Amino acid sequence: MSQSLLELRNVSMSFGGMRVNDDISFSIGKGERVALIGPNGAGKTTLVNVISGDLTPSQGAVHLAGVDVTALPISDRVDAGLIRTFQITRLFKSLTVAQNVALAVMQRKGLTRSMFSSPIDRPDVRLEWERALGMLGIAHLADRQVSQLAYGQQRLLDLAIGLALEPKVLLLDEPAAGVPSEESSKIIEAIDRLPSDIAVLMIEHDMDLVFRFARRVLVLANGKLIFQGNPTEVTHHQEVRRAYLGSYADARHAS
Amino acid sequence: MAWTALSIGLDALSYGMVLFIISIGLSIMMGLMRVVNLAHGAFAMIGGYLASFALKSAGVGYPLAIVLAVLGTIAIAFPLEFLLYRRIYRKSDELTQILLTIGIAFVIIGVANYILGPTTKSIPLPSLLSGPVDLGFRMIPAHRIFVMICGVCTAGLLWLLIDRTEFGIRLRAAVDNGDMAESLGIKTQILFSATFALAVGLAAFGGVVGAELLPVEPFYALRYMVTFLVVVSVGGAGSIPGAVAASILLGLADTTGKYLAPEYGEFFFYLAVILVVFLFPNGLLGRRH
Amino acid sequence: MTDRIMVDGMSAPRFSVPLELRAVAITLALGALGYTLFPDDLAFLTRLISITLLVLSLDLVTGYCGVATLGHAAIYGVSAYVVGNACLAGHSDPLLLLLVGAVAGAVMGLVSGLLVTRFKGLPQLVLSIAVGQLIAALANKLSSLTGGSDGLSGISPGRLFGVYAFDMYGRTGYVFSVAVLMVVFVVLLRIVHSPFGLLCQAIKDDSLRARMIGARVYPRLVLMYGVSGVVGGIGGALNAINTGVVGLDSVGFERSAEALVMLVLGGAGSLWGALIGSIVFQVFEHYVSAANPFHWMTMVGALLIAVVLFAPKGLVSLGGLLAGRAASLLRRRP
Repeated sequence: MSQSLLELRNVSMSFGGMRVNDDISFSIGKGERVALIGPNGAGKTTLVNVISGDLTPSQGAVHLAGVDVTALPISDRVDAGLIRTFQITRLFKSLTVAQNVALAVMQRKGLTRSMFSSPIDRPDVRLEWERALGMLGIAHLADRQVSQLAYGQQRLLDLAIGLALEPKVLLLDEPAAGVPSEESSKIIEAIDRLPSDIAVLMIEHDMDLVFRFARRVLVLANGKLIFQGNPTEVTHHQEVRRAYLGSYADARHAS
Repeated sequence: MAWTALSIGLDALSYGMVLFIISIGLSIMMGLMRVVNLAHGAFAMIGGYLASFALKSAGVGYPLAIVLAVLGTIAIAFPLEFLLYRRIYRKSDELTQILLTIGIAFVIIGVANYILGPTTKSIPLPSLLSGPVDLGFRMIPAHRIFVMICGVCTAGLLWLLIDRTEFGIRLRAAVDNGDMAESLGIKTQILFSATFALAVGLAAFGGVVGAELLPVEPFYALRYMVTFLVVVSVGGAGSIPGAVAASILLGLADTTGKYLAPEYGEFFFYLAVILVVFLFPNGLLGRRH
Repeated sequence: MTDRIMVDGMSAPRFSVPLELRAVAITLALGALGYTLFPDDLAFLTRLISITLLVLSLDLVTGYCGVATLGHAAIYGVSAYVVGNACLAGHSDPLLLLLVGAVAGAVMGLVSGLLVTRFKGLPQLVLSIAVGQLIAALANKLSSLTGGSDGLSGISPGRLFGVYAFDMYGRTGYVFSVAVLMVVFVVLLRIVHSPFGLLCQAIKDDSLRARMIGARVYPRLVLMYGVSGVVGGIGGALNAINTGVVGLDSVGFERSAEALVMLVLGGAGSLWGALIGSIVFQVFEHYVSAANPFHWMTMVGALLIAVVLFAPKGLVSLGGLLAGRAASLLRRRP
């Protein structure tokens, strides 16, 4: 494996007496595409929250490009290139589509301290937010208020904000869940076209998408990392089938 | 010196108990319905007015006046719950809650002043409570002892209600997880209405028995609104022990301040509030939501 | 924000010079209108402008940052007292006094911001109230600086630019106030459309998402509180300069609550809303509250309930809605 960009060392997370993540260790290298799967309640979203810094793990450490970031606030991790998207769409609803993405661009460029000028139309800034919107095919919606967007378009915008932050490590929390097929194909295309050197960790339920996207699959069940391997290995692994894939296989069989 | 301290302590305790009786309803409402109800003090005031009317104009006895005041206040508050409060349970943002409930408080103040005039309305005490009691080192109005007993009984009965009854089990389940409680078939709307009635009733009760310490007049609702809110915040929303601790602590801060540095008014009280809330944003005994 | 007024897919205009010019024109027109309507009551208008600045100041933290505060008058009142004392100490140049007020307001704003924006929800509200009440108690106690309940009086500012005296008719004060309001309004339009202003709105919408694009939420909010302090401080300074008296009411809870009422009436999160709300409210108050202060309270309460139920985004959104209806009617015509 090449240089590790994201590494978890024995991460555990408890709420009250409930252990939601239990002694999880893995690492993701430059350019890797990794999927995190597991049944509902396995602790996937909690793990993403721990990695992104929304939660501080009860035990263990998170390393980013070799640096221990466990104690760092969210904003420092973002500066270091650790970017996430959200399972439930979270956008800035009183801003326009363009402003949502432009704000991310300006934040990355350190322009959000500016109080009197308006660099949103500066060529270098404009080029970037237009490109991010263009990549997801929503450039024509730039001047809309976010509240006027359909759900699928909101998901595209969420991803556009993530891309505009130029991630080194990108965490995608069910990027295509509940999205109509027209938009989900755009999301998949955009994920396919992500810069090849960034590391991507995707939580996903749609196994077709997982197999298309991931070279490596992590399986989480009851808070524990029960298996990791390439997609073929995962499908043939007994414990994984029992814990999770059984239902998937059955569903396939039924359909 | 020691007697002075004990004396301050007694005054603080009786004042704190009044704060507790009135604020605990607000605290439970905030814990369960997440409503910042700035009109809570207005309901205590309504209770006081009703008791004063019952005693002086209708000529009923003190215990019956308390019951009438509590029931009357709930009756007056119910339409407000049905028409207004229901819209802001749990969901709405805080600014909306503040505006709506401060609007309700303003209307109640304006109407109370229009009907009853700006003067303070007394609530005559029965002879049993109106005399002084000799504690050996000082005389204390019997009424203050009565208030303390009321406070202790309220806390005890509430604890029994919440810890030991079916209502309490549902209440706690809904506080912990409203959505899950709903899916388990607990009718949260009925639960919310019952809790609202309980909260308003407690406010009215406190308004009546505490009238000697917090005199009933139209601006009552605004004057003590902040104090009640502070008790909830310092104690932690939804926590009975928290509210008891906060009430006594704030009663102590206020009473001590007035004894030792009366010219500073409420300066030390609010200084203490800022320190405590900044250091314990979820309250002394509160939980994170 | 102006694009909030736009409805039904009308695209929002990007920030450009014409918006500022429009703001200049509108404030000047309002100033002229006021002068025509109330030529004998300029004192009322200057007071109105001073309070309008407080409401604009509140809009920055409540409308643009989502901070619910019931203690904002602390900023306004402290500045008014500081300006009054500076003037009594012999620094009577009006522009200097305005600067003094802005600085005092900024300091007070930063201190409030540090305390109030640290948390959300109940602790935030209680801290905002406690800061306000603390200042009010201090103002009452430090009577050598504030005049206590009698108020601080005898403030007589010098001539503006060394030429125009603040006369008893209040013309100088009025023109001065209109000019200050205009400048502040234009600068604020720039600020709320700047990246900093947009980021504050983003934090209001979803502070976790804002963190996830790398924003440092607390420092941004404290900074906006500082800006808000400057604006509120200028309002307090105008109050002291124009009336010559500063009373305890300028730091009181009622002043904070009323400013909030004006803001939501007009529409929080829009500078135009703050402007409209404070004008409508105060003109209304001017006529009605004199008749009976307690009826006034009932009406304000009923008004608040009505705004929350029927126009949660304030008058400015109703205006936008009407404009949108009118536009679509026109479009439907063959």
